[in-house]
Amino acid sequence: MVDLTSSFLGIQSPNPFWLASAPPTDKEINVVRAFEAGWGGVVWKTLGEDPHIVNVNGPRYGAVHSSDRTLMGFNNIELITDRPLETNLEEIKRVKRNWPDRAMIVSLMVPCEEPNWASILKKVEDTGADGVELNFGCPHGMSERGMGAAVGQVPEYIKMVSEWCKLHTKLPVIVKLTPNITDIRFPARAAKDGGADAVSLINTVSSIVSVNLDTMSPEPSIDGWGSHGGYCGPAVKPIALNMVAEIARDAHTAGMPISGIGGVTTWRDAAEFLSLGASNVQVCTAAMTYGFRIIEELTSGLSNWMEEAGYERVEDIVGRAVPNVKDWQELNLNYIAKAKINQDLCIECGRCHVVCEDTSHQAITSSVNGKRHFEVIDEECVGCNLCVSVCPVDQCITMEQMTEGTDPRTGQPISSEYSNWTSHPNNPFSNG
Amino acid sequence: MTSQRLQSLTEELHPPLTAHEAGVESDRCYFCYDAPCITACPTGIDIPLFIRQIKADNPKGAAKTIFDENILGGMCARVCPTETLCEQACVRNSQEEKPVRIGELQRFATDTLMDTGRQPYERSADSGKTVAVVGAGPAGLSCAHRLAMHGHSVTIYESKPKPGGLNEYGIAAYKTIDDFAQREVDYVLSIGGIQVEYDQQLGTSVNLSQLKDQFDAVFLGMGLGGTNALNVDGDTPAGVHDAVDFIEALRQAEDPTALDVGRNVVVIGGGMTAIDAAVQSRLLGADDVTLVYRRGQDAMNASEFEQAVAQTHGVLLKTNWQPIQLIADDGQVSGVEFEQTDSANGSLQGTGNKRVFECDRVLLAIGQQFDAADALSGVELQDRRVRVDEYGRTSDAAVWAGGDCVSGGEDLTVSAVQAGKVAALSIHQHLSA
Ligand SMILES: Cc1cc2nc3c(=O)[nH]c(=O)nc-3n(C[C@H](O)[C@H](O)[C@H](O)COP(=O)(O)OP(=O)(O)OC[C@H]3O[C@@H](n4cnc5c(N)ncnc54)[C@H](O)[C@@H]3O)c2cc1C
Ligand SMILES: Cc1cc2nc3c(=O)[nH]c(=O)nc-3n(C[C@H](O)[C@H](O)[C@H](O)COP(=O)(O)O)c2cc1C
Ligand code: SF4
Repeated sequence: MVDLTSSFLGIQSPNPFWLASAPPTDKEINVVRAFEAGWGGVVWKTLGEDPHIVNVNGPRYGAVHSSDRTLMGFNNIELITDRPLETNLEEIKRVKRNWPDRAMIVSLMVPCEEPNWASILKKVEDTGADGVELNFGCPHGMSERGMGAAVGQVPEYIKMVSEWCKLHTKLPVIVKLTPNITDIRFPARAAKDGGADAVSLINTVSSIVSVNLDTMSPEPSIDGWGSHGGYCGPAVKPIALNMVAEIARDAHTAGMPISGIGGVTTWRDAAEFLSLGASNVQVCTAAMTYGFRIIEELTSGLSNWMEEAGYERVEDIVGRAVPNVKDWQELNLNYIAKAKINQDLCIECGRCHVVCEDTSHQAITSSVNGKRHFEVIDEECVGCNLCVSVCPVDQCITMEQMTEGTDPRTGQPISSEYSNWTSHPNNPFSNG
Repeated sequence: MTSQRLQSLTEELHPPLTAHEAGVESDRCYFCYDAPCITACPTGIDIPLFIRQIKADNPKGAAKTIFDENILGGMCARVCPTETLCEQACVRNSQEEKPVRIGELQRFATDTLMDTGRQPYERSADSGKTVAVVGAGPAGLSCAHRLAMHGHSVTIYESKPKPGGLNEYGIAAYKTIDDFAQREVDYVLSIGGIQVEYDQQLGTSVNLSQLKDQFDAVFLGMGLGGTNALNVDGDTPAGVHDAVDFIEALRQAEDPTALDVGRNVVVIGGGMTAIDAAVQSRLLGADDVTLVYRRGQDAMNASEFEQAVAQTHGVLLKTNWQPIQLIADDGQVSGVEFEQTDSANGSLQGTGNKRVFECDRVLLAIGQQFDAADALSGVELQDRRVRVDEYGRTSDAAVWAGGDCVSGGEDLTVSAVQAGKVAALSIHQHLSA
């Protein structure tokens, strides 16, 4: 039997799926609906100080669609909660009391002064919430006022605010990181050095989602003007996965709990985040695209896979893939793979041929003996995986490892020994 | 009842795709290398390119890609048996037995551009050369348009009072609603440099040697005027009609529902014309329509899809029965006697088993034949149609031909368009030399 219960910083929830701080967690009515649907916890929509902020009164979201209008990427210029602080606090208190088994985290963003943080932390403690998340992430609007990403982009500020928070509350402190930075390890290290208990990431990526070519206004358009927003949804998952892995394998931050965020849409996305070192995941866009009921697929999918793969508890997955994430220079240059086309599955669209011919290594035929036929020329194939990436038929082209003989491309014998760039003769700094 | 019938007669088999449907469908195209669908299209339209243009929200560019090869791409999108042409070659068939709906996408693109009333071509500077085109059907129009693009002055001689050929007089009503055939002709002619002389028949009001004298080149695109005669015993009683005439009458009728189509109809034939005549008889109120074909179902010229259309419209298909004689009652047809056949080993043989199919109407759809031979002195024929080479050149160095009137063709609208285009290029080369 698979056990999906999760304990993040000692905060219990029936499953590792939390709703990220965003519109789905902005009000009691939403959060209650989420809990009824089965979500394990929420990070309440970011609270600020009164007078509460205001949002634009026109469109605040934009999207990137596939041809069938599947939402691939999502963009927003929304700010933090636009309701009075007291209203939010009352609702948080009531929801936590009525749903004691669910995780209730409160996201916070106030000006960078110690008294401001001390004051709001006190108020959150009074609600009975389980923890706080410091929003150092929003890339738009609030950052112009010295908050959000403006803090998250300066490691010294992260450390400073984390210290204040640890000083002024006993609640677990999670620092939410912005991806709008060159090297994610620096803010993560600063959070750790400031005493934060965990990091969560990613917040949204600065973006302009599209331009209306009739009006020449960026979208979403407010009276003919637009402003950069924050990008999220399926399109940002690869960015988030890398950042989570970077923190998980960094010696300085190793072992610090991570809450993984960014494009989680299916159970598989979640499992990938967990394998790269996240202890749980947070979801925003998928819920905003399909509604809360997706939690049923997330939980059943994750437990089915865990059962088949022989994992009993969520902790068993966490970080499993981290040891396999390496620097490029550590990769085995003696590993030789060639593309192989399964002729029974091939539908003869020829895309593998034309992309290899035009843009890669001229390693796939278009005709053999005058007949349309697509076949890999091992003498030319460098094993780049482009054909696999563009083939419309799943499993039609696979990369097959060569374990013996010689590589027909280089004429070099296949070696079973591990050998990487650090000892390669072409490397001027070779140690070999 | 009457208006309901009329509506179903002109209700399209495939309603046009919406922009969203076109977007989703276009996304199914793989943009194949050396795409097999292009080879399968008689006019060689760059199908993956036009579909990609639709996908990228550029339907007008898509239409130009289509018109570059096939100026009647709008009609072809409606009447081509795509299931045996481009769509049959789609690689999606091997993957999931569901080709990309190329025909419907082609219609989406061409409709979008045609609705603007603007065609993407301008006539080149006047070449000073003149060409006579006989027949304003698909072959003649395609030839004339391509010649006009190259700056030649074209005069079309058309025996009927209206242009379009079988697009106007033959194609089933439900394939081309809203007077599309005439709108398309206007669109094609809007390039300029093409003059149409109606009610001018080669062989009566004009003759070939006159045309050769007056023009630098002549293109023959007169289709097949005549229809094959039924080889059965006895005189032809009342109530027996040629299917092409029947369809022409209904296409041209002010109120098709007022036509007397009979109550119990026997259609003889196995091609597109037979299917169209049968289905339209049903739509116009005939109680029973039986389509009788002398060979087996797989030998029918009508595609599987068209056979299915007939069946869903309540037409009974009877195969392997050949007509023996027409039976009349007071000079009015009352039945047809058929003999069962065996076509198993290729040759058609009667089995001796005979049977009378009762009816009050017979429609003959047993093929058309070329009937303008007399007007073509000096132009060689082959299999009773005009003999041409791969460029549409006849035995007479000043005369080109294409479409249904030449031998060895496919008798499809799209093939006629291709033949007109190929001949125009050959004529252009000849005139520029
Ligand atoms: C009932 C029916 C249904 C069909 N349905 C389909 C279909 O669904 N899809 C498809 O692809 N094809 C279909 N076809 C076939 C298609 O219509 C023809 O292959 C195509 O129209 C041939 O074009 P064309 O220009 O060669 O001849 P036509 O379309 O026959 O045009 C010839 C033109 O020349 C004129 N003409 C004839 N003789 C003379 C003369 N002596 N002097 C001056 N002008 C003359 C005619 O009036 C006519 O306008 C159908 C045919 C029929 C009969
Ligand atoms: C409309 C919208 C509003 C958001 N508001 C906040 C916010 O107030 N505080 C915050 O920390 N993150 C906010 N986010 C970021 C999300 O919590 C999350 O980090 C991001 O969307 C990535 O996850 P996803 O791909 O599952 O959406 C917002 C996101 C969206 C789409
Ligand atoms: S792209 Fe895939 S399906 Fe197409 S020819 Fe290549 S291997 Fe076959």
